[in-house]
Amino acid sequence: MGVSDFPDAFKETREAKGVCPFNDQDDPVAMLLRFKDVRKSAHDYKSFISEAAPGRIVIPSEVNIRDTRQIPFEVDPPEHTEYRALVEDWFKRPLDSTYEAGLESIILLELEKVLKKGSCEAISELSLPIQSRALTLLLNIPLEEAETWISWGTHVFRSEDSNLDADKASILYDYIDAEIDRVIAQPDDSLYSVLLNSEYQGRKMTKEEVKGVLVLTFAGGRDTIINYLTNTMAYLAEHPEAMDQLRNNPTLVNTAIEELVRYFSPLTHMGRVVAQEKEVCGHEAKKDTRISLCWASANRDEAVFENPNEVVLDRKMNPHVAFGFGTHKCLGATHARQLMKVFLRVFTQKVGKLTVVNAMENIEDWGEHQRKVGFDSLEIELNPIK
Amino acid sequence: MAKITYITKEGESMVFEATSGSLMELAVKNKVPGIDGDCGGVCSCATCHVHVAPAYYEKLEAPSEIEADMLEFDDNVNEYSRLCCQIPVSDAVDGITVSVAN
Repeated sequence: MGVSDFPDAFKETREAKGVCPFNDQDDPVAMLLRFKDVRKSAHDYKSFISEAAPGRIVIPSEVNIRDTRQIPFEVDPPEHTEYRALVEDWFKRPLDSTYEAGLESIILLELEKVLKKGSCEAISELSLPIQSRALTLLLNIPLEEAETWISWGTHVFRSEDSNLDADKASILYDYIDAEIDRVIAQPDDSLYSVLLNSEYQGRKMTKEEVKGVLVLTFAGGRDTIINYLTNTMAYLAEHPEAMDQLRNNPTLVNTAIEELVRYFSPLTHMGRVVAQEKEVCGHEAKKDTRISLCWASANRDEAVFENPNEVVLDRKMNPHVAFGFGTHKCLGATHARQLMKVFLRVFTQKVGKLTVVNAMENIEDWGEHQRKVGFDSLEIELNPIK
Repeated sequence: MAKITYITKEGESMVFEATSGSLMELAVKNKVPGIDGDCGGVCSCATCHVHVAPAYYEKLEAPSEIEADMLEFDDNVNEYSRLCCQIPVSDAVDGITVSVAN
Protein backbone atom coordinates (compact mmCIF):
# COMPACT_ATOMS: atom_id res chain seq x y z
CA MET A 1 0.00 0.00 0.00
CA GLY A 2 1.36 3.39 -0.98
CA VAL A 3 1.25 6.54 1.14
CA SER A 4 -1.45 7.94 -1.12
CA ASP A 5 -3.84 5.06 -0.42
CA PHE A 6 -6.64 6.18 1.87
CA PRO A 7 -8.53 3.05 2.95
CA ASP A 8 -12.28 3.07 3.49
CA ALA A 9 -12.41 2.83 7.29
CA PHE A 10 -16.18 2.35 7.46
CA LYS A 11 -16.86 -0.30 4.81
CA GLU A 12 -17.77 -3.25 7.04
CA THR A 13 -19.93 -1.30 9.47
CA ARG A 14 -21.61 0.61 6.66
CA GLU A 15 -22.56 -2.58 4.88
CA ALA A 16 -23.52 -4.58 7.96
CA LYS A 17 -25.29 -1.95 10.10
CA GLY A 18 -25.24 1.46 8.45
CA VAL A 19 -25.04 3.22 11.81
CA CYS A 20 -22.25 3.23 14.32
CA PRO A 21 -22.38 4.50 17.91
CA PHE A 22 -19.44 6.64 18.95
CA ASN A 23 -18.74 8.16 22.34
CA ASP A 24 -17.70 11.81 22.20
CA GLN A 25 -16.94 13.29 25.63
CA ASP A 26 -19.99 11.57 27.18
CA ASP A 27 -22.31 13.10 24.58
CA PRO A 28 -22.70 10.09 22.29
CA VAL A 29 -23.11 10.24 18.53
CA ALA A 30 -24.76 7.80 16.13
CA MET A 31 -22.68 8.01 12.96
CA LEU A 32 -24.70 7.50 9.76
CA LEU A 33 -22.56 5.75 7.19
CA ARG A 34 -24.67 5.10 4.10
CA PHE A 35 -24.86 7.63 1.26
CA LYS A 36 -28.65 7.78 1.06
CA ASP A 37 -29.14 8.09 4.83
CA VAL A 38 -26.50 10.81 4.99
CA ARG A 39 -28.04 12.84 2.18
CA LYS A 40 -31.60 12.41 3.39
CA SER A 41 -30.73 13.40 6.95
CA ALA A 42 -28.61 16.35 5.77
CA HIS A 43 -31.63 17.56 3.84
CA ASP A 44 -33.98 17.20 6.83
CA TYR A 45 -32.87 20.27 8.77
CA LYS A 46 -36.09 20.32 10.75
CA SER A 47 -35.51 16.93 12.36
CA PHE A 48 -31.73 17.18 12.58
CA ILE A 49 -30.78 20.66 13.61
CA SER A 50 -27.62 22.69 13.49
CA GLU A 51 -28.88 25.43 15.80
CA ALA A 52 -27.86 23.63 19.00
CA ALA A 53 -25.45 24.81 21.72
CA PRO A 54 -22.49 26.44 19.88
CA GLY A 55 -19.90 23.77 19.12
CA ARG A 56 -22.15 20.79 19.78
CA ILE A 57 -22.64 19.70 16.16
CA VAL A 58 -18.90 19.65 15.60
CA ILE A 59 -17.31 16.31 16.38
CA PRO A 60 -15.32 16.19 18.60
CA SER A 61 -17.70 18.62 20.30
CA GLU A 62 -16.37 22.10 20.98
CA VAL A 63 -18.95 23.07 23.62
CA ASN A 64 -16.25 23.22 26.26
CA ILE A 65 -13.98 25.55 24.35
CA ARG A 66 -16.26 28.06 22.67
CA ASP A 67 -19.56 29.84 23.08
CA THR A 68 -19.45 31.92 19.92
CA ARG A 69 -22.02 30.62 17.47
CA GLN A 70 -20.55 30.00 14.02
CA ILE A 71 -22.68 31.70 11.36
CA PRO A 72 -24.41 30.62 9.13
CA PHE A 73 -23.31 27.09 9.95
CA GLU A 74 -24.88 26.79 13.42
CA VAL A 75 -28.21 28.43 12.52
CA ASP A 76 -31.19 26.84 10.77
CA PRO A 77 -33.77 28.27 8.36
CA PRO A 78 -35.45 30.71 8.28
CA GLU A 79 -32.70 32.66 10.10
CA HIS A 80 -30.03 30.70 8.28
CA THR A 81 -31.44 31.72 4.89
CA GLU A 82 -31.05 35.42 5.65
CA TYR A 83 -27.55 35.06 7.11
CA ARG A 84 -26.42 32.95 4.17
CA ALA A 85 -27.83 35.42 1.65
CA LEU A 86 -25.74 38.17 3.28
CA VAL A 87 -22.48 36.36 2.60
CA GLU A 88 -23.26 34.28 -0.50
CA ASP A 89 -22.09 36.81 -3.10
CA TRP A 90 -18.89 37.50 -1.19
CA PHE A 91 -18.05 33.79 -1.08
CA LYS A 92 -18.64 33.54 -4.85
CA ARG A 93 -15.88 36.08 -5.58
CA PRO A 94 -13.31 33.30 -6.16
CA LEU A 95 -14.93 32.85 -9.60
CA ASP A 96 -13.62 36.27 -10.70
CA SER A 97 -10.62 36.07 -12.99
CA THR A 98 -8.63 38.56 -10.88
CA TYR A 99 -9.17 36.35 -7.83
CA GLU A 100 -8.03 33.31 -9.79
CA ALA A 101 -4.94 35.20 -10.94
CA GLY A 102 -4.22 36.10 -7.31
CA LEU A 103 -4.38 32.45 -6.31
CA GLU A 104 -2.11 31.52 -9.17
CA SER A 105 0.59 33.97 -8.14
CA ILE A 106 0.42 32.80 -4.49
CA ILE A 107 0.83 29.16 -5.51
CA LEU A 108 3.57 29.92 -8.05
CA LEU A 109 5.59 31.86 -5.51
CA GLU A 110 5.44 29.11 -2.87
CA LEU A 111 6.19 26.42 -5.41
CA GLU A 112 9.19 28.24 -6.83
CA LYS A 113 10.68 28.55 -3.33
CA VAL A 114 10.62 24.81 -2.73
CA LEU A 115 11.63 23.94 -6.29
CA LYS A 116 14.82 25.92 -5.71
CA LYS A 117 15.53 23.86 -2.59
CA GLY A 118 14.66 20.57 -4.26
CA SER A 119 12.92 19.15 -1.20
CA CYS A 120 10.55 20.24 1.54
CA GLU A 121 8.08 19.19 4.19
CA ALA A 122 4.89 19.63 2.19
CA ILE A 123 2.57 20.76 5.00
CA SER A 124 4.68 23.45 6.62
CA GLU A 125 6.33 24.64 3.42
CA LEU A 126 3.52 24.38 0.88
CA SER A 127 0.02 23.51 2.15
CA LEU A 128 -0.01 25.77 5.21
CA PRO A 129 1.46 28.88 3.53
CA ILE A 130 -0.71 28.41 0.43
CA GLN A 131 -3.88 27.97 2.53
CA SER A 132 -3.03 30.96 4.73
CA ARG A 133 -2.09 33.29 1.89
CA ALA A 134 -5.13 32.24 -0.15
CA LEU A 135 -7.31 33.17 2.83
CA THR A 136 -6.15 36.79 2.54
CA LEU A 137 -7.89 36.86 -0.85
CA LEU A 138 -11.11 35.55 0.63
CA LEU A 139 -11.01 38.14 3.41
CA ASN A 140 -9.71 40.81 0.98
CA ILE A 141 -6.89 41.92 3.23
CA PRO A 142 -3.12 42.42 2.65
CA LEU A 143 -1.13 39.27 1.88
CA GLU A 144 1.32 39.93 4.73
CA GLU A 145 -1.39 39.18 7.30
CA ALA A 146 -0.97 35.49 6.50
CA GLU A 147 2.37 35.43 8.37
CA THR A 148 0.49 35.61 11.67
CA TRP A 149 -1.75 32.67 10.78
CA ILE A 150 1.16 30.60 9.51
CA SER A 151 2.81 31.11 12.90
CA TRP A 152 -0.19 29.43 14.56
CA GLY A 153 0.62 26.11 12.89
CA THR A 154 -1.77 23.80 11.09
CA HIS A 155 -4.59 23.60 13.59
CA VAL A 156 -6.86 26.24 15.00
CA PHE A 157 -8.26 24.22 17.89
CA ARG A 158 -5.73 21.39 18.10
CA SER A 159 -2.27 21.16 19.53
CA GLU A 160 0.20 18.30 19.59
CA ASP A 161 -1.20 17.07 22.91
CA SER A 162 -4.91 17.64 22.56
CA ASN A 163 -7.68 17.51 20.01
CA LEU A 164 -9.33 20.45 21.72
CA ASP A 165 -7.03 23.13 22.96
CA ALA A 166 -8.83 26.05 24.60
CA ASP A 167 -5.67 28.18 24.79
CA LYS A 168 -5.16 27.78 21.10
CA ALA A 169 -8.79 28.62 20.33
CA SER A 170 -8.52 31.77 22.42
CA ILE A 171 -5.59 32.95 20.29
CA LEU A 172 -7.92 32.92 17.28
CA TYR A 173 -10.81 34.55 19.18
CA ASP A 174 -8.62 37.31 20.60
CA TYR A 175 -7.16 37.91 17.17
CA ILE A 176 -10.59 38.20 15.51
CA ASP A 177 -11.91 40.45 18.31
CA ALA A 178 -8.95 42.78 17.85
CA GLU A 179 -9.37 42.81 14.06
CA ILE A 180 -13.06 43.66 14.36
CA ASP A 181 -12.26 46.59 16.66
CA ARG A 182 -9.50 47.75 14.33
CA VAL A 183 -11.83 47.70 11.32
CA ILE A 184 -14.58 49.52 13.25
CA ALA A 185 -12.06 52.29 13.95
CA GLN A 186 -10.77 52.24 10.38
CA PRO A 187 -13.22 50.76 7.86
CA ASP A 188 -11.72 49.10 4.79
CA ASP A 189 -12.73 46.80 1.90
CA SER A 190 -12.37 43.58 3.86
CA LEU A 191 -14.93 40.93 4.76
CA TYR A 192 -14.87 42.38 8.29
CA SER A 193 -16.15 45.73 7.01
CA VAL A 194 -18.68 44.14 4.67
CA LEU A 195 -20.15 42.17 7.57
CA LEU A 196 -20.09 45.10 9.98
CA ASN A 197 -22.10 47.07 7.42
CA SER A 198 -24.54 44.24 6.69
CA GLU A 199 -28.09 44.33 7.93
CA TYR A 200 -29.67 41.28 9.49
CA GLN A 201 -33.42 41.50 10.20
CA GLY A 202 -33.34 45.25 9.68
CA ARG A 203 -30.47 45.98 12.08
CA LYS A 204 -26.68 46.01 11.77
CA MET A 205 -24.91 42.75 12.49
CA THR A 206 -23.44 42.62 15.98
CA LYS A 207 -19.75 42.17 16.71
CA GLU A 208 -20.55 38.70 18.03
CA GLU A 209 -22.31 37.75 14.79
CA VAL A 210 -19.45 39.09 12.69
CA LYS A 211 -17.06 37.12 14.87
CA GLY A 212 -19.20 34.02 14.29
CA VAL A 213 -18.81 34.29 10.52
CA LEU A 214 -15.08 34.92 10.79
CA VAL A 215 -14.43 32.02 13.19
CA LEU A 216 -16.15 29.73 10.72
CA THR A 217 -14.15 31.16 7.83
CA PHE A 218 -10.87 30.57 9.66
CA ALA A 219 -11.70 27.15 11.11
CA GLY A 220 -13.69 25.60 8.27
CA GLY A 221 -11.10 26.03 5.57
CA ARG A 222 -7.97 25.24 7.55
CA ASP A 223 -7.32 21.49 8.10
CA THR A 224 -9.61 20.64 5.20
CA ILE A 225 -7.68 22.56 2.57
CA ILE A 226 -4.33 21.61 4.08
CA ASN A 227 -5.29 17.92 3.94
CA TYR A 228 -6.56 18.22 0.40
CA LEU A 229 -3.38 19.87 -0.87
CA THR A 230 -1.03 17.55 1.00
CA ASN A 231 -2.91 14.38 0.06
CA THR A 232 -2.99 15.49 -3.56
CA MET A 233 0.79 15.84 -3.55
CA ALA A 234 1.12 12.32 -2.12
CA TYR A 235 -1.20 11.06 -4.85
CA LEU A 236 0.68 12.80 -7.66
CA ALA A 237 4.03 11.53 -6.32
CA GLU A 238 2.81 7.96 -6.54
CA HIS A 239 0.95 8.43 -9.83
CA PRO A 240 3.31 10.07 -12.31
CA GLU A 241 0.94 9.03 -15.08
CA ALA A 242 -1.70 11.30 -13.49
CA MET A 243 0.79 14.17 -13.57
CA ASP A 244 1.24 13.57 -17.31
CA GLN A 245 -2.49 13.30 -17.97
CA LEU A 246 -3.30 16.49 -16.07
CA ARG A 247 -0.43 18.33 -17.73
CA ASN A 248 -1.44 17.26 -21.23
CA ASN A 249 -5.18 17.56 -20.80
CA PRO A 250 -6.05 20.68 -18.79
CA THR A 251 -9.79 19.99 -18.96
CA LEU A 252 -9.22 16.85 -16.85
CA VAL A 253 -8.63 19.18 -13.89
CA ASN A 254 -12.40 19.78 -13.57
CA THR A 255 -13.31 16.17 -12.84
CA ALA A 256 -10.01 15.48 -11.06
CA ILE A 257 -10.60 18.04 -8.29
CA GLU A 258 -14.03 16.57 -7.58
CA GLU A 259 -12.70 13.02 -7.58
CA LEU A 260 -9.79 13.81 -5.28
CA VAL A 261 -12.05 15.62 -2.82
CA ARG A 262 -14.41 12.61 -2.87
CA TYR A 263 -11.58 10.17 -2.31
CA PHE A 264 -9.88 12.18 0.46
CA SER A 265 -13.05 13.61 2.05
CA PRO A 266 -11.02 16.11 4.09
CA LEU A 267 -13.85 16.55 6.61
CA THR A 268 -14.84 13.13 7.93
CA HIS A 269 -18.24 14.04 9.29
CA MET A 270 -20.49 16.68 10.83
CA GLY A 271 -23.05 16.28 13.58
CA ARG A 272 -26.64 17.31 14.03
CA VAL A 273 -28.87 17.38 17.11
CA VAL A 274 -32.14 15.46 16.95
CA ALA A 275 -35.07 17.90 17.28
CA GLN A 276 -37.73 15.22 17.38
CA GLU A 277 -37.45 11.48 17.75
CA LYS A 278 -36.90 9.84 14.40
CA GLU A 279 -35.89 6.48 13.04
CA VAL A 280 -32.90 6.46 10.70
CA CYS A 281 -31.48 3.25 9.24
CA GLY A 282 -33.01 1.20 12.05
CA HIS A 283 -31.64 3.55 14.70
CA GLU A 284 -34.07 5.29 17.07
CA ALA A 285 -32.65 8.78 17.17
CA LYS A 286 -33.92 10.17 20.48
CA LYS A 287 -34.67 13.84 21.00
CA ASP A 288 -31.61 15.91 21.99
CA THR A 289 -29.15 13.17 21.11
CA ARG A 290 -26.72 13.54 18.24
CA ILE A 291 -26.28 11.90 14.88
CA SER A 292 -23.42 12.48 12.49
CA LEU A 293 -23.41 12.66 8.74
CA CYS A 294 -20.31 10.73 7.73
CA TRP A 295 -19.29 12.30 4.44
CA ALA A 296 -16.18 10.11 4.24
CA SER A 297 -18.17 6.90 4.48
CA ALA A 298 -20.93 8.08 2.12
CA ASN A 299 -18.30 8.96 -0.47
CA ARG A 300 -17.14 5.32 -0.61
CA ASP A 301 -20.61 3.76 -0.73
CA GLU A 302 -20.56 1.04 -3.37
CA ALA A 303 -24.29 1.42 -3.86
CA VAL A 304 -23.57 4.78 -5.52
CA PHE A 305 -19.96 4.85 -6.70
CA GLU A 306 -18.44 2.32 -9.07
CA ASN A 307 -14.98 1.29 -7.83
CA PRO A 308 -15.29 3.66 -4.88
CA ASN A 309 -11.79 2.97 -3.57
CA GLU A 310 -10.10 3.92 -6.80
CA VAL A 311 -9.23 7.41 -7.90
CA VAL A 312 -10.79 7.81 -11.35
CA LEU A 313 -9.67 11.25 -12.47
CA ASP A 314 -12.24 11.51 -15.24
CA ARG A 315 -15.18 10.19 -13.19
CA LYS A 316 -18.19 11.67 -14.98
CA MET A 317 -20.97 11.05 -12.44
CA ASN A 318 -19.68 11.91 -9.01
CA PRO A 319 -22.43 12.95 -6.60
CA HIS A 320 -20.01 13.15 -3.67
CA VAL A 321 -20.84 14.89 -0.41
CA ALA A 322 -17.32 16.01 0.47
CA PHE A 323 -18.61 19.61 0.78
CA GLY A 324 -21.64 18.46 2.74
CA PHE A 325 -25.16 18.49 1.36
CA GLY A 326 -28.35 20.52 1.63
CA THR A 327 -28.92 23.83 3.38
CA HIS A 328 -25.61 23.78 5.21
CA LYS A 329 -23.37 22.73 2.33
CA CYS A 330 -19.93 24.29 2.54
CA LEU A 331 -19.97 28.07 2.11
CA GLY A 332 -16.28 28.05 1.21
CA ALA A 333 -16.63 25.41 -1.52
CA THR A 334 -16.23 27.94 -4.34
CA HIS A 335 -12.97 29.20 -2.84
CA ALA A 336 -11.79 25.63 -2.14
CA ARG A 337 -12.60 24.44 -5.65
CA GLN A 338 -10.86 27.38 -7.28
CA LEU A 339 -7.80 26.85 -5.09
CA MET A 340 -7.73 23.13 -5.91
CA LYS A 341 -8.12 23.83 -9.61
CA VAL A 342 -5.32 26.39 -9.75
CA PHE A 343 -3.11 24.24 -7.53
CA LEU A 344 -3.45 21.17 -9.77
CA ARG A 345 -2.87 23.26 -12.88
CA VAL A 346 0.19 25.10 -11.58
CA PHE A 347 1.68 22.08 -9.82
CA THR A 348 1.50 19.81 -12.85
CA GLN A 349 2.87 22.53 -15.13
CA LYS A 350 5.85 23.32 -12.92
CA VAL A 351 6.83 20.09 -11.18
CA GLY A 352 8.52 17.27 -13.06
CA LYS A 353 9.72 14.47 -10.83
CA LEU A 354 8.08 14.22 -7.43
CA THR A 355 8.97 11.67 -4.73
CA VAL A 356 7.77 11.05 -1.19
CA VAL A 357 10.79 10.65 1.10
CA ASN A 358 9.00 10.19 4.39
CA ALA A 359 5.38 10.29 5.55
CA MET A 360 3.70 10.34 8.94
CA GLU A 361 0.01 9.53 8.63
CA ASN A 362 -2.69 11.39 10.52
CA ILE A 363 -5.13 8.77 11.75
CA GLU A 364 -8.43 9.81 13.32
CA ASP A 365 -9.99 7.64 15.97
CA TRP A 366 -13.78 7.21 15.71
CA GLY A 367 -14.55 4.48 18.21
CA GLU A 368 -13.95 1.17 16.49
CA HIS A 369 -12.87 2.93 13.29
CA GLN A 370 -9.49 4.36 12.54
CA ARG A 371 -9.56 6.70 9.58
CA LYS A 372 -6.61 8.12 7.68
CA VAL A 373 -7.50 11.72 6.87
CA GLY A 374 -4.12 13.12 5.90
CA PHE A 375 -0.57 13.46 7.14
CA ASP A 376 1.18 14.93 10.15
CA SER A 377 4.17 15.38 7.92
CA LEU A 378 5.04 14.61 4.32
CA GLU A 379 8.59 15.07 3.15
CA ILE A 380 8.92 15.30 -0.60
CA GLU A 381 11.61 15.79 -3.19
CA LEU A 382 10.63 17.71 -6.27
CA ASN A 383 12.29 18.93 -9.42
CA PRO A 384 11.10 21.50 -11.91
CA ILE A 385 10.17 20.57 -15.44
CA LYS A 386 13.28 21.24 -17.47
CA MET B 1 -25.22 24.53 -34.14
CA ALA B 2 -27.94 24.52 -31.49
CA LYS B 3 -29.77 27.59 -30.25
CA ILE B 4 -30.53 27.54 -26.53
CA THR B 5 -32.79 29.98 -24.67
CA TYR B 6 -32.41 30.49 -20.92
CA ILE B 7 -35.14 32.31 -18.99
CA THR B 8 -33.77 33.87 -15.81
CA LYS B 9 -35.68 34.20 -12.54
CA GLU B 10 -36.28 37.84 -13.49
CA GLY B 11 -37.97 36.68 -16.71
CA GLU B 12 -35.19 37.81 -19.02
CA SER B 13 -34.49 35.67 -22.12
CA MET B 14 -30.85 34.93 -22.90
CA VAL B 15 -30.17 33.17 -26.20
CA PHE B 16 -26.87 31.50 -27.13
CA GLU B 17 -25.60 29.12 -29.76
CA ALA B 18 -23.15 26.26 -29.35
CA THR B 19 -21.98 23.06 -30.97
CA SER B 20 -20.56 21.16 -28.01
CA GLY B 21 -20.43 20.92 -24.21
CA SER B 22 -23.48 20.92 -21.96
CA LEU B 23 -26.28 23.40 -21.32
CA MET B 24 -24.65 24.12 -17.96
CA GLU B 25 -21.27 24.91 -19.54
CA LEU B 26 -22.88 27.23 -22.07
CA ALA B 27 -24.80 29.01 -19.31
CA VAL B 28 -21.77 29.40 -17.06
CA LYS B 29 -19.63 30.67 -19.94
CA ASN B 30 -22.27 33.32 -20.64
CA LYS B 31 -22.94 34.08 -16.96
CA VAL B 32 -26.63 33.15 -16.88
CA PRO B 33 -27.76 34.22 -13.38
CA GLY B 34 -28.80 31.29 -11.19
CA ILE B 35 -26.77 28.67 -13.06
CA ASP B 36 -23.51 28.25 -11.17
CA GLY B 37 -22.32 24.76 -12.12
CA ASP B 38 -20.14 24.62 -9.00
CA CYS B 39 -19.08 20.98 -9.46
CA GLY B 40 -18.15 21.41 -13.10
CA GLY B 41 -20.78 18.96 -14.30
CA VAL B 42 -20.28 15.77 -12.26
CA CYS B 43 -23.77 15.87 -10.74
CA SER B 44 -22.80 16.70 -7.16
CA CYS B 45 -24.05 20.24 -6.58
CA ALA B 46 -27.45 20.82 -8.26
CA THR B 47 -26.56 24.47 -8.91
CA CYS B 48 -27.59 24.12 -12.56
CA HIS B 49 -31.21 23.14 -11.91
CA VAL B 50 -33.58 24.21 -14.72
CA HIS B 51 -37.15 23.56 -15.81
CA VAL B 52 -37.22 22.37 -19.39
CA ALA B 53 -40.02 23.55 -21.67
CA PRO B 54 -42.51 20.64 -21.74
CA ALA B 55 -42.32 20.09 -25.51
CA TYR B 56 -38.58 19.51 -25.22
CA TYR B 57 -38.58 17.59 -21.94
CA GLU B 58 -40.08 14.56 -23.63
CA LYS B 59 -37.49 14.62 -26.40
CA LEU B 60 -34.58 14.39 -23.94
CA GLU B 61 -33.29 11.13 -22.55
CA ALA B 62 -34.72 10.54 -19.09
CA PRO B 63 -32.53 11.65 -16.16
CA SER B 64 -30.21 9.01 -14.71
CA GLU B 65 -30.87 7.66 -11.21
CA ILE B 66 -28.07 9.80 -9.81
CA GLU B 67 -29.52 12.96 -11.37
CA ALA B 68 -33.04 12.08 -10.24
CA ASP B 69 -31.75 11.53 -6.68
CA MET B 70 -30.05 14.92 -6.70
CA LEU B 71 -33.23 16.60 -7.87
CA GLU B 72 -35.30 14.85 -5.22
CA PHE B 73 -33.68 17.04 -2.57
CA ASP B 74 -33.56 20.34 -4.43
CA ASP B 75 -35.92 23.29 -4.04
CA ASN B 76 -38.50 24.20 -6.68
CA VAL B 77 -38.58 20.76 -8.26
CA ASN B 78 -41.32 20.05 -10.78
CA GLU B 79 -41.98 17.38 -13.39
CA TYR B 80 -39.81 19.22 -15.93
CA SER B 81 -36.79 19.62 -13.63
CA ARG B 82 -33.35 18.72 -14.94
CA LEU B 83 -29.75 19.41 -14.03
CA CYS B 84 -28.58 21.08 -17.20
CA CYS B 85 -25.02 19.75 -16.78
CA GLN B 86 -26.57 16.45 -17.85
CA ILE B 87 -28.06 17.84 -21.08
CA PRO B 88 -25.50 17.79 -23.89
CA VAL B 89 -25.60 20.43 -26.59
CA SER B 90 -26.58 18.75 -29.87
CA ASP B 91 -28.91 19.24 -32.78
CA ALA B 92 -31.53 17.41 -30.73
CA VAL B 93 -31.84 20.40 -28.37
CA ASP B 94 -31.77 23.09 -31.06
CA GLY B 95 -34.45 25.62 -30.11
CA ILE B 96 -34.86 24.40 -26.51
CA THR B 97 -35.99 26.79 -23.77
CA VAL B 98 -35.03 26.20 -20.14
CA SER B 99 -35.98 28.29 -17.11
CA VAL B 100 -33.61 28.79 -14.17
CA ALA B 101 -35.15 27.04 -11.16
CA ASN B 102 -33.36 28.61 -8.18
